[in-house]
Amino acid sequence: MIAIKAENISKQYRLGRVGSGTLSHDLNRWWHTVRGKEDPYLKIGETNDRGTKGESDYVWSLKNINFEVQQGEVLGIIGRNGAGKSTLLKLLSQITQPTTGQFKIKGRIASLLEVGTGFHPEMTGRENIFLNGSILGMTKAEIKSKFDEIVDFSGIERYLDTPVKRYSSGMYVRLAFAVAAHLEPEILIVDEVLAVGDAEFQEKCLGKMKSVSGEGRTVLFVSHNMAAIKALCKRIIVLKHGEIHFDGEVTLGISTYLSSANPGENRGSIEKHHRTINTGFVFFKSVEISNKEFNSGNSIYFNNDISINCSLEFLKDIENVLFDARVISADGIEFLHTMNIYDNDFVNIKKGTVEINLKLENKLQPGKYFITLGVHLSDGLTLEYLENILELNILNVGINNQKGLIYDFKLGYYRPNANWQITQ
Amino acid sequence: MQAKEEQWDLIIGPKKHLLDINLKQVYAYRDLLMMFVKRDFVTFYKQTILGPIWFFIQPILTTIIYLVIFGNIAGLSTDGVPQIAFYLAGITIWNYFSETLTTTSNVFITNAAIFGKVYFPRLIMPLSIVVSGLMKFSIQFLLFLIAVLYYTFIQQSIHPNIWMLATPLLILMMASLSLGIGMIFSSLTSKYKDLTFLLTFGIQLFMYATPVIYPTSILSPKLKMIMSWNPLTGIFECFRYAFLGAGDFNPSMLIYSALVIFAILILGTLIFNKIEKSFTDSI
Repeated sequence: MIAIKAENISKQYRLGRVGSGTLSHDLNRWWHTVRGKEDPYLKIGETNDRGTKGESDYVWSLKNINFEVQQGEVLGIIGRNGAGKSTLLKLLSQITQPTTGQFKIKGRIASLLEVGTGFHPEMTGRENIFLNGSILGMTKAEIKSKFDEIVDFSGIERYLDTPVKRYSSGMYVRLAFAVAAHLEPEILIVDEVLAVGDAEFQEKCLGKMKSVSGEGRTVLFVSHNMAAIKALCKRIIVLKHGEIHFDGEVTLGISTYLSSANPGENRGSIEKHHRTINTGFVFFKSVEISNKEFNSGNSIYFNNDISINCSLEFLKDIENVLFDARVISADGIEFLHTMNIYDNDFVNIKKGTVEINLKLENKLQPGKYFITLGVHLSDGLTLEYLENILELNILNVGINNQKGLIYDFKLGYYRPNANWQITQ
Repeated sequence: MQAKEEQWDLIIGPKKHLLDINLKQVYAYRDLLMMFVKRDFVTFYKQTILGPIWFFIQPILTTIIYLVIFGNIAGLSTDGVPQIAFYLAGITIWNYFSETLTTTSNVFITNAAIFGKVYFPRLIMPLSIVVSGLMKFSIQFLLFLIAVLYYTFIQQSIHPNIWMLATPLLILMMASLSLGIGMIFSSLTSKYKDLTFLLTFGIQLFMYATPVIYPTSILSPKLKMIMSWNPLTGIFECFRYAFLGAGDFNPSMLIYSALVIFAILILGTLIFNKIEKSFTDSI
């Protein structure tokens, strides 16, 4: 049975003419337009180019989205920032309306875009449970019947009659999630709420989510946490530029997502959207795997060290610079990390071009990986960050070893040097 | 073969019809309405020790100011009613009206955080404001009643009558009017935040166009005519007539007020219903 059916959903936002928020600004804008002058409050990346204005005034945040979710299915939704995830959730939560198309929904739907919505600091934990529960759509009777469970789950029984303003942030989140976790809609829409609380509590939340889906309820789950997505969902949808880029099995989806996010083998050209964080002090001009085999694909023989060449431009003198590199598996796990200060020391860099050669010992199992590079200050402030900028393909043959077949047997990510002493 | 048309519980699509107001859903969320009222109540008495006392101090101070300025300096008539009772009556009901109106007008701005995260029928919010306002009103009304008792039995200078029983109706009418106008303005303030200041000023002016600090009996016939267009005039005159036994009251004024208020309430609901669907994109 189908629980959610999205038919041709599109959402359009109007740029450039977003209300400026005050009447005087809008009047001023109108006055400028009347006299044929430039709009003084032009917004968000709009250039006032008359030639292109007609087509760039509108932005499609979502375009022709079609999918169906079966009852009891747990669907993960991933995508980069700006891919349209939040918009999709907002539409499903009825916070804003689609421009075209419609969702057809069977069953009671509840959404959790945030935990603790409407919590009032002056009120006690007990009072907030009732308030927050009602905001989320529960009736008073429902909350009453689940009250003990909620308190139990949150583990803050002692402070139930204390105003929540005296809670630690951890307790606050626990209570908030406890209320949310006891919503019992047939369809639950969840946004990243698992990214809160300590590890133990996160585990508990994940468990709760799992049991929720086990009870035959439909869940739509948006997250950047690939491990959580993998643990909860069988099917995922990858959104890219407001469209469905992938819809299907979770492992394949995650790897599609990761590879769609990087320029692959390309060297040199680093486009703006690859820079997850950039403060404008440092730029990577090019990154490349210098010892790749063949001319295409960043292929490296098994057990053959990796050499990465980067060229950076520093726009000012910076002291105590820290470089870091990560290797991410195709299913999204950051499992290798290295920094220049692990093996060397902080460096002071003068304005100008810097060349870096990074040699990485390669014990990776054959398969696809991604490399993320970053430049930071000693206090942890990130200056430049290129997420999954290089795709890395570890071949299942070694360079000086003819026992090729053995590398086909891939388990795990890393093959350490091992010494098996077997005696009989 | 054509599959049978499926039954859906909810369809989320683009702009619905203007008249598509889901009152059933509002009713389904009545627990939430009461929760908001309870929140306002709880937070109100928890604030400070002085919290509730302020509700007494404010009308008393205002009364004293009016007493000096309008009563003594300007020498405005109070229809032969003791000035304190006269001003207190006006202030008590005017406060309820103006505060409910101001709060309702800002409903989208003050609640943008909640509205942006959770769906519930938005109408619940202004409704809860109107109900919560009754709390403060009752306290000030109590103060007014004390004054009425004093002047009735000890001073014997005022004569309350059976129209006192109409008080709940008067309050309902005022609540509806402030809700209606508030909802109309809420659509404007959600787009232009600076209209809030204009509104505060407008409400102040409106007070002088309403018989709060003076009785309609002092007006020239022409001004009286103009004044009778104001739907609040009948309510104020009725309220004072009921408790103080003086004033230019005529039941037909109430009927006129009720009709106007009803129309404003409908208009406000329609506008609010239209805005609530699109405001998150513009705020």
